[in-house]
Amino acid sequence: MKFTSLGQGGGYNLPACHMLKLSGFHILLDCPLDLSALTIFSPISCTSLYDEEEEMVDLISLEPYYKTVEGVQLWNVSLIDVVLISSPMGMLGLPFLTRTKGFSAKIYATEATTRLSEFMMKDLVAMHMEFKQRYGPHKNSFFEFFNWEKLESLPPSLKDILLGKDSTQLGSWMPLYSAGDVKECLQKVESVVYAQETCYNGSLIIKAFSSGLEIGACNWSLKSPKRNISYISRSIFTSGVAMDFDLHALIGTDVLIYSDFSNSENGSNQELEGDDDDDDLLLDCENERCEEMEKLKFICLCCMDSVKSGGSVLIPSGRLSIVLQLLELLALHLDSSDLKVPIFIISSVAEELLAYTCIIPEWLCKDRQDKMYSGKPVFDYEELIKEKKIHVFPTLDSRELLMMWQEPCIVICPHWSLRLGPAVHLLKRWHSDPNSLLVLEEGVDTDLALLPFKPLSMKVLECSFTSGIKLEKVPQLLKMLQPKQILVPDYAKPFLEPLSNSLPCLFYTESEPLCLPKSKNLCELHISSNVASKLKNKEMRMSRLKGQLYVEHGKHYLVEGKKAKGLEIGPLVHWGKVDLESLLVGLEKIGVKGSNECGSNVVNVVDPGKGLIELKETSVVISVGDESLALLISNLVHSLLNGI
Amino acid sequence: MAIECLVLGAGQEVGKSCVIISIHGKRIMFDCGMHMGYSDHRRYPDFSLISQSGDFNAAVSCIIITHFHLDHIGALPYFTEVCGYTGPIYMTYPTKALAPLMLEDYRKVMVGRGEEQQFTHENILDCMKKVTAVDLKQNVQVDKDLQIRAYYAGHVLGAAMFYACVEGSGIVYTGDYNMTPDRHLGAAQIDRLQLDLLITESTYATTIRDSKYAREREFLKAVHKCVANGGKVLIPTFALGRAQELCILLDDYWERMNLKVPIYFSAGLTIQANLYYKVLINWTSQKVKDTYATRNAFDFKNVHSFDRSLLDAPGPCVLFATPGMISGGFSLEVFKHWAPCESNLITLPGYCVAGTVGHKLMSGKPTKVDLDKDTQIDVRCQIHQLSFSPHTDAKGIMDLVKFLSPKHVVLVHGEKPKMDLLKAKIKSELGIDCCDPANTETVSFSSTRFEISDASNAFIRSSLTPNFKFPKDEITDMPSLHVHDERVSEGILTRVDGKKLKVIHQDEVVTMVGGVKTEVEFCYCFGLKLCNLKSIRVFDSDDDGLIGALNLKLSDEFGDLGLRVCLEKGRLEVNSFRVWICKNDECPHRIDGDWCSEHVFFCCNWSVLDNKKETTVFCWPIKYRELVTLFPSHLWKFQDGGDVNGDNRAVTQATAGSRRITIRRRWKADYARSSSWPCFGTAWSV
Ligand SMILES: [Zn+2]
Ligand SMILES: [Zn+2]
Ligand SMILES: [Zn+2]
Repeated sequence: MKFTSLGQGGGYNLPACHMLKLSGFHILLDCPLDLSALTIFSPISCTSLYDEEEEMVDLISLEPYYKTVEGVQLWNVSLIDVVLISSPMGMLGLPFLTRTKGFSAKIYATEATTRLSEFMMKDLVAMHMEFKQRYGPHKNSFFEFFNWEKLESLPPSLKDILLGKDSTQLGSWMPLYSAGDVKECLQKVESVVYAQETCYNGSLIIKAFSSGLEIGACNWSLKSPKRNISYISRSIFTSGVAMDFDLHALIGTDVLIYSDFSNSENGSNQELEGDDDDDDLLLDCENERCEEMEKLKFICLCCMDSVKSGGSVLIPSGRLSIVLQLLELLALHLDSSDLKVPIFIISSVAEELLAYTCIIPEWLCKDRQDKMYSGKPVFDYEELIKEKKIHVFPTLDSRELLMMWQEPCIVICPHWSLRLGPAVHLLKRWHSDPNSLLVLEEGVDTDLALLPFKPLSMKVLECSFTSGIKLEKVPQLLKMLQPKQILVPDYAKPFLEPLSNSLPCLFYTESEPLCLPKSKNLCELHISSNVASKLKNKEMRMSRLKGQLYVEHGKHYLVEGKKAKGLEIGPLVHWGKVDLESLLVGLEKIGVKGSNECGSNVVNVVDPGKGLIELKETSVVISVGDESLALLISNLVHSLLNGI
Repeated sequence: MAIECLVLGAGQEVGKSCVIISIHGKRIMFDCGMHMGYSDHRRYPDFSLISQSGDFNAAVSCIIITHFHLDHIGALPYFTEVCGYTGPIYMTYPTKALAPLMLEDYRKVMVGRGEEQQFTHENILDCMKKVTAVDLKQNVQVDKDLQIRAYYAGHVLGAAMFYACVEGSGIVYTGDYNMTPDRHLGAAQIDRLQLDLLITESTYATTIRDSKYAREREFLKAVHKCVANGGKVLIPTFALGRAQELCILLDDYWERMNLKVPIYFSAGLTIQANLYYKVLINWTSQKVKDTYATRNAFDFKNVHSFDRSLLDAPGPCVLFATPGMISGGFSLEVFKHWAPCESNLITLPGYCVAGTVGHKLMSGKPTKVDLDKDTQIDVRCQIHQLSFSPHTDAKGIMDLVKFLSPKHVVLVHGEKPKMDLLKAKIKSELGIDCCDPANTETVSFSSTRFEISDASNAFIRSSLTPNFKFPKDEITDMPSLHVHDERVSEGILTRVDGKKLKVIHQDEVVTMVGGVKTEVEFCYCFGLKLCNLKSIRVFDSDDDGLIGALNLKLSDEFGDLGLRVCLEKGRLEVNSFRVWICKNDECPHRIDGDWCSEHVFFCCNWSVLDNKKETTVFCWPIKYRELVTLFPSHLWKFQDGGDVNGDNRAVTQATAGSRRITIRRRWKADYARSSSWPCFGTAWSV
């Protein structure tokens, strides 16, 4: 088994990306896109807006390129056998792979992940098209634009993003895929439900289990004949929308690849102890859930303040589960404050996306499912849309939107990078209004993101939501999962190394392959009981196998053969010693005349044919011209030995 | 070990489906239904047969409910809340969502009829809280040894067939299913599974149905004609399933024909049900599913809820009323009002249980129906019987049985005479053992069981090399790929210290028993006239040269076939076979012969084991044409059919006298095996 981390990711929007080699198969874990890197580009027409302050805005004025994971680009795609997608965000870079010549891997993702990332990719393509249309025919292409001189003259903040820490990542930038690429990519995905068993190549059993991060997001369990592996991507114990983290299915594996260290910067100096039992872990999760609710409520209160003072609110968020909860809460707050402020959702896919979230109760948390059972809609916004409290439009220039536009209002729209989509136009409109509010998620460099909209008088609320398991809970979780070996990223070393006597950790570094020695586990052979009983009946310690061996769903089976082989194969392995005396007795019994010169270990055969038998330390040599006599004697010799 | 199948309900009848399966110590209850035709103790399965002590938690490992019809779930609240079962219960998401509506509807009818209620509203809610919802294809580990999985069954929303597996022994219980898609549901779908037992419904054991579209048109025509003449249409249905299917049909027809006649749903109940259908639209057919984004197909435009005051209002209308079969409740009330009028129409479902008004209307053409001894209703309205049904027909059952090819089949949920015919057909046409036990009867079958043994790496390596990687195109739709291998016989089964079984490779045996391996070898020294080695022109007295020439000769003939002949230490070796030039005039291994000075002697030895059939001496890929050149056919007789003219022969056995060469094809590459060298030598020296 070999493991190479290709990118350790960052936050909700950029999942980690790894390559795993297991029983000969190359498995790519996630294929994300670093959309935070879009911030180096200048949004449409910003330059014209700030003509007089040109030197302030030194962003790149080009049609945006998209930053893929460098390690994936360096890989020969035809070598990849399997791609596992853990979350909708983990699929955004996949069309780049699937359109590459030679790509033939099998892609697995949950149904919900596939649909949600379809929406995200379609929206991305639509926003990019809009950019292109407004920008006009592009003057310069990305790579023509950059020469060394130009690269050197870039401010360090941009250069870091463009070239990466080690200045090698220019090659990972790609022009965006087309709608056709997306369609083709999705056709290649094999959708599964949680806990569905799929088998790759007859030997690798793959199962997805909910991770709680997002609707459809999952962790993976991989079973090869000799090793069980679980892969934990970003997980949340209980979210208000997605199904809870299902950790029971991941207990007791040989290797646990742990790739979820979300908030490593906070709490790294915390004192740790792992003696708490499971109940506490889950109780804490309840608290965590409450904290999240408090955060959402706080955002709502800030929004209320803004709209009360006549300002509008812009929420450019891509986090579906947060947006869905926020929608419900905002409507509640508006109601209780008796405000008649419209909520607009603007995105090319919003209508279909919202409708979709209403018909997938199987993927939602218990509370939402219970709502369904009691006959209520799983999400309130269905009603809110009917009551005209929430309005959904595909674009900012939709005619109906222009007709009913009113300010203050609350707008939820893409894109959180603040470079694409309706967010750009609305920011231009509101950036100088001190009463307006921008709600930003963590994940982008805020200074850089807001650079083109300066001077900024608008209020900015930065918030961070849980996007993984808290560091201080990790040891407890790892202990609960009881893996024989744990792979964790190197930056967790200072934190987990002190616990090494109770947690068998290996630390991996980005792009450095980590090899695990061959598993000592033995394969299991499932012998059908009728075959087994026949074999065991012989009152022997050993018996030769008979039957039909086959591999199905990663398991080896031995069942009764279809037709019995005509002839019995005699023993094929012999051990023990032949002593001269019993050989001579035996020869006589089968009617072969032979004599032994005293003291030698040779028997001369005289009748019915000529020949000799020589007894050596580890062998018996039979030298007889006649074939049938030779076989007769060899059978005798065998009978004097132990054999099987 | 055996599988025991105890039929508590739906044995040779339709109603109170309930089958208890015991495999390897686990006991699974499939369905827990009630019988609509009875109101005494016969309405429920006889649970006392499961456990006399009444400790059902100990007696039953889990309950699996296939769908929300009362004949499959009606007794569940009774079993959990009254009999006290608290173990796990599984059903699909839609069944869990919709079952309470069905149960509540039934409870109300019971109360309305003045019967003693078997369970309360609270009982239903408490019962449903104990249910674990499952998704299709989701693997559910009930406990360490018992695994279950649901498959799409069509029939009604959320209906599922269930697969259960205990220690390698698999069974499928179908519940009710439909092998052809209908207006809103897809056709049943299941994987090819290794099954010991299949328990299938057989409602339409002998019926073969044609296209249902013609029947749907008939229905629409009848309804349209009635409302066009100002009549009222009563469609008695259960709250769920048929109601939605017909409603999609009517709603769509109303749109197309631009009809304005109101369609009503009785009580809030069915309107409520539509909400569930909307959320669970993913469980319908692809066509209906795709409507979710634009207009959810269950957002019926022309459907309104019915008010009792409209009962005798003038003008045409269509009314869906519960319960189906007109066994009581509101549909009976409406029936009383509308049946006497000629212009009205009553549509009846395809199946009505004996004793219900529906059943009476179906048998013959009654002009009067007795409700009880005091009430008699004149029936002058038209009756239309719906002939499309959400059950599979006989062809569908046969198709499923054939597809799954289980070792045994049990028929339930049907009528005895028809089941007998189907049973005979399954036995004769498919050669599969089949029976149809009556209620309370138990049948037993042998079960598949596996003993688990460790297998040494050497054994796995030897039996599975070359480490096959299946071609990618083959794996997509193949759930299982069998690879047969006769090298199985190189494996030895042992029991280490009387504990776990272990399979090792034969080469590991001697080490394991701590003995010394003893080889038995043959030696053979023979002469050959050098002129027989035709290709050797230069006569070289140098031995290495001679061996080299021999090698050349052999390589000439076999080399390009991949035969590996290695020249080493003045001798040629192929596996255990060794040949070298014998310079010893007194060689003890020399065979008798007419030797003269022209003969050069070759001494050879080889392991006796190589003389045995099926022992690998060497392998090489071979084509038929080359084979014939190698072993001229006048000397060798080829067995086994196959394509003699073709270049590639899969399996060929060549026999000459007692000598034998077996050439086998392995996987995709053509490898061949020969049994022993002397045959080879003979062929060559001729
Ligand atoms: Zn049914
Ligand atoms: Zn039924
Ligand atoms: Zn010799």
